[in-house]
Amino acid sequence: MANYSTNEFKSGLKVMLDNEPCSITENEYVKPGKGQAFNRVKLRNLRTGRVVEKTFKSGDSLEGADVMELDMEYLYTDGEFWHFMATDGSFEQHGASAEAVGDTVKWLKEQDVYVVTLFNGAVLTVTPPNFVELEVTETDPGVKGDTAQGGSKPATLATGAVVKVPLFINIGEKLRIDTRTGEYVSRA
Amino acid sequence: MPDRSGQHWQPSCDRALLRARSAFYRSIRDFFAARDVLEVDTPVLSTYPVNDPNIQPMQTTLQTTGGRWLQTSPEYPMKRLLCAGSGDIWQLCKVFRAGEAGRKHNPEFSMLEWYRVGWNHHQLMDEVAALMRLLLAERFPQLPELRISYGQAMLDFAGLAVHQASDEEVAEIGRDCAGQDLALGRDGWLDVIMSHRVEPALPADTLVFVDDFPASQAALARVTTDDNGVAVAQRFELFFNGAELANGYHELTDAVEQAQRFEQYGGGREADQNLLAALASGMPDCAGVAMGVDRLLMHAQGKHSISDVLAFDWERA
Repeated sequence: MANYSTNEFKSGLKVMLDNEPCSITENEYVKPGKGQAFNRVKLRNLRTGRVVEKTFKSGDSLEGADVMELDMEYLYTDGEFWHFMATDGSFEQHGASAEAVGDTVKWLKEQDVYVVTLFNGAVLTVTPPNFVELEVTETDPGVKGDTAQGGSKPATLATGAVVKVPLFINIGEKLRIDTRTGEYVSRA
Repeated sequence: MPDRSGQHWQPSCDRALLRARSAFYRSIRDFFAARDVLEVDTPVLSTYPVNDPNIQPMQTTLQTTGGRWLQTSPEYPMKRLLCAGSGDIWQLCKVFRAGEAGRKHNPEFSMLEWYRVGWNHHQLMDEVAALMRLLLAERFPQLPELRISYGQAMLDFAGLAVHQASDEEVAEIGRDCAGQDLALGRDGWLDVIMSHRVEPALPADTLVFVDDFPASQAALARVTTDDNGVAVAQRFELFFNGAELANGYHELTDAVEQAQRFEQYGGGREADQNLLAALASGMPDCAGVAMGVDRLLMHAQGKHSISDVLAFDWERA
């Protein structure tokens, strides 16, 4: 991969930092009038999501990271890997480890499309869409007429995820869930 | 990268800012006229480059002009004028520094520089504060002032006894600020600590003058010993709301010492023989200061980025 100098650092650039692939989120040039020039850079570790702030001497460089983001459809799991297929017509397939899938496993539904981040050709992370629609497989019976406020109850969804839902929700209903917060939004 | 599409032909700033800049320049002219300081105009293109290793000058081509250097400040020719007996002088001009681009930097920018004969840097700080109060009055009717030595600022805001600390102690705090190790010497790490830890902690909406810099950061300022017997530079910097606005010196007038500093810190660039000869002929005791006018205008107008106050920023130039 090419090397990138601090003056080429911009938001979204994928680089290697301490052997970890990162995405640059901010780059501020700092230059005391009579002193050394620096770049204060914020980088998001693409594996862990953690954001770190590092200062570089201006002109220092980092190696680019071979990172690609693909829209891929979830196919199935064989228990060890979760398999995805590109939606661009190439039929390219990749298997993601449990580590790569991480918490997204809660939102994986066959035929839905996810953003799969590849690092050196292997799946690094799987990002769900902000909203998914999933069916309720288990919950206490719905309370009729209670459509407004009131309490909530746990409901298990088709993927195994457990979310809090209003009391009126019944088994078999499709719900819209915000994957960023893990919260119920509405009936689908 | 410059945009060649032609889609960004319009100015970076709005009309109100064009007017604000014009008013600024008028105020500056009136300020110096009232104080009987002479406005001068010196060449932008010079035979010799600046002799500061941390400032990268731009150069014209050899074929057209023999590789002349664009000024990074008007300091050297203005000092030659002082040596020639000009008396108090000031100048507002464009200066150029390669690679300095960012939210608070534009590689081409406007500089206000002036010299006061017979003054020291303390007297000059008074005058800088007076000009600041004039130019920032609309947005900051009350402008308190703090004067603090470099050593005290480092101690108060970074817990570093800078004049006593070993290189390793300085580097350790520096690495903590930077989040990693960098190939830097003592002064490089001090710059990290100053910009990462001290500057952000300075009181807001206050003219903060930091003086008595380490002797190793004297540039063209005199070096004396402070009350504790530590060698310090008679140099000051003005910080305001997280930005460095001005840099001033009680000027070094000793040609021999100047030549030695060029040799020691000049980064191998050719020393300006005209400046050295002028100093050898005798420079009057004086204090001088350079101020970034665009950045000052940013603060006067409450703008976030230097592009917001330039008619055309670097990408549109």
